[in-house]
Amino acid sequence: MEAGGERMSGLVPHLSLGALGLFGDAFDFIFHQQPAKTGGGLATVGGLDQVGTLAVEQLKVTVLALGLSIAIAFPIGAYLGHRGAGEGMALAIGNAGRAIPELALIAFMAAAIGVGLGNLTMALAVLGIPPILTNTYVGISQVDRNAVEAARGMGMTGGEVIRRVELPLAVPTIMSGVRTATINIVATATIAPLVGVLTLGDFILSRNVYGDEGVLAGAILVALMALALELSLAGIQWLMTSPGLRLGRE
Amino acid sequence: MVSAAPIAEVLLHNRSNPDCIQRNEIFCPGWAVDNFNRYVDPVIQHVVLVLASVCIGFAIAFALSLLAHRHRWLSPTFLGATGVLYTIPSIAFFFLLLPITGRGRTTAIIALTAFTLQIIYRNVTTGLANVPADIKDAGRGMGLTDRPLLWRVEIPLAMPEIIAGLRIATVSTVALATLAVFVNGGGLGVEIYTAGNLTFKTGIVIAGTLAILLALAFDLILVAIGRRATTWRRVASG
Repeated sequence: MEAGGERMSGLVPHLSLGALGLFGDAFDFIFHQQPAKTGGGLATVGGLDQVGTLAVEQLKVTVLALGLSIAIAFPIGAYLGHRGAGEGMALAIGNAGRAIPELALIAFMAAAIGVGLGNLTMALAVLGIPPILTNTYVGISQVDRNAVEAARGMGMTGGEVIRRVELPLAVPTIMSGVRTATINIVATATIAPLVGVLTLGDFILSRNVYGDEGVLAGAILVALMALALELSLAGIQWLMTSPGLRLGRE
Repeated sequence: MVSAAPIAEVLLHNRSNPDCIQRNEIFCPGWAVDNFNRYVDPVIQHVVLVLASVCIGFAIAFALSLLAHRHRWLSPTFLGATGVLYTIPSIAFFFLLLPITGRGRTTAIIALTAFTLQIIYRNVTTGLANVPADIKDAGRGMGLTDRPLLWRVEIPLAMPEIIAGLRIATVSTVALATLAVFVNGGGLGVEIYTAGNLTFKTGIVIAGTLAILLALAFDLILVAIGRRATTWRRVASG
């Protein structure tokens, strides 16, 4: 009887406040510590401290994986685009990359190679490389050949042509690849707790510890982080675009 | 048929070697053959998730594109709104919907649909915007008003871009749908994540491979549809 009564009283406010109630609980979870659902109420969860720790971890993993993706994909894409070679390969990598199932990739990396930050970074970089490589290739190979000819006529070397003509003109396309890569990586970093790296996804995946309000709080935080990253990258793209190109673009 | 015998030998060899599962090797063909049936339902669920999400996503995004095509001032709003939906990671989206639609396939389909909107919207609007002005003038000269011009000239000419958008959206959705398991949405993710399976390599490899093959199959079908939808290309080049 007692258990039944408890369940009823737990349900009633839930039903009466409806969906908004749980959102309220989720914000409460973000800002205030509360007892964990398991462990006899000894441990506390939630609150800005834990949110901060997990958010920093997710950001760290994302930045590491993005850095690794750029370090691998950008030079290859830029070189191929500059030479105008390997179009089939550059485009095929981009297409194939989209078909990689995120969950299977993470699970496979964990099961076959092992858990931990290093392996996770590698797995996430696999998701970031295709869009960056393809967009860098497309951006640079699409630069007007007349502009390149003009640059050569002015006496620029191959390296100077890449740095001072091709890259500035390709910035919008390259950055759009970096943004796609970032969204893929930060989204997949949410399931990183499956391989032992505790990111904001831990709130989502460990419902037995954090409860439904923790799960929802995790979802809100992950969504906000992705949007914040996307906005920052849009800002960086604007700063990186040559001032002469900002106004003249159709 | 020539190669059937050696493959059978390999399978028999592995079957006679149950240690494969015990040692959790990367891929145990014997187990795969014995457990083929367990993948039928997840594959069907996966196909349903993808088809529903992409079809609904296409209907919404296509309607938005036509609206923005006629009323240009709407475009930044649509681009921004679909951009936000695209940026929110699917897994977060699933659980944001939790208080509203609960756990289940509906939740998964809504989140995956939201993800496809921007990709399809961008491609349809780009396709329509890239129709050369002189071709539209020629259509008007032949007496076409707004609506016939749209359906008989602009949309057919935008078809390559539209199909390209559908291909990107579909292939990405096949990959993302593996995450539906987290909201009990079914699909191939079930065979990856369900208790114990996260460490069972053969199960992960089979489910992952099936997801990639599914993406490839959808892509090939869309390429074929694209060919049929752009018959004018063959006429023009022939």
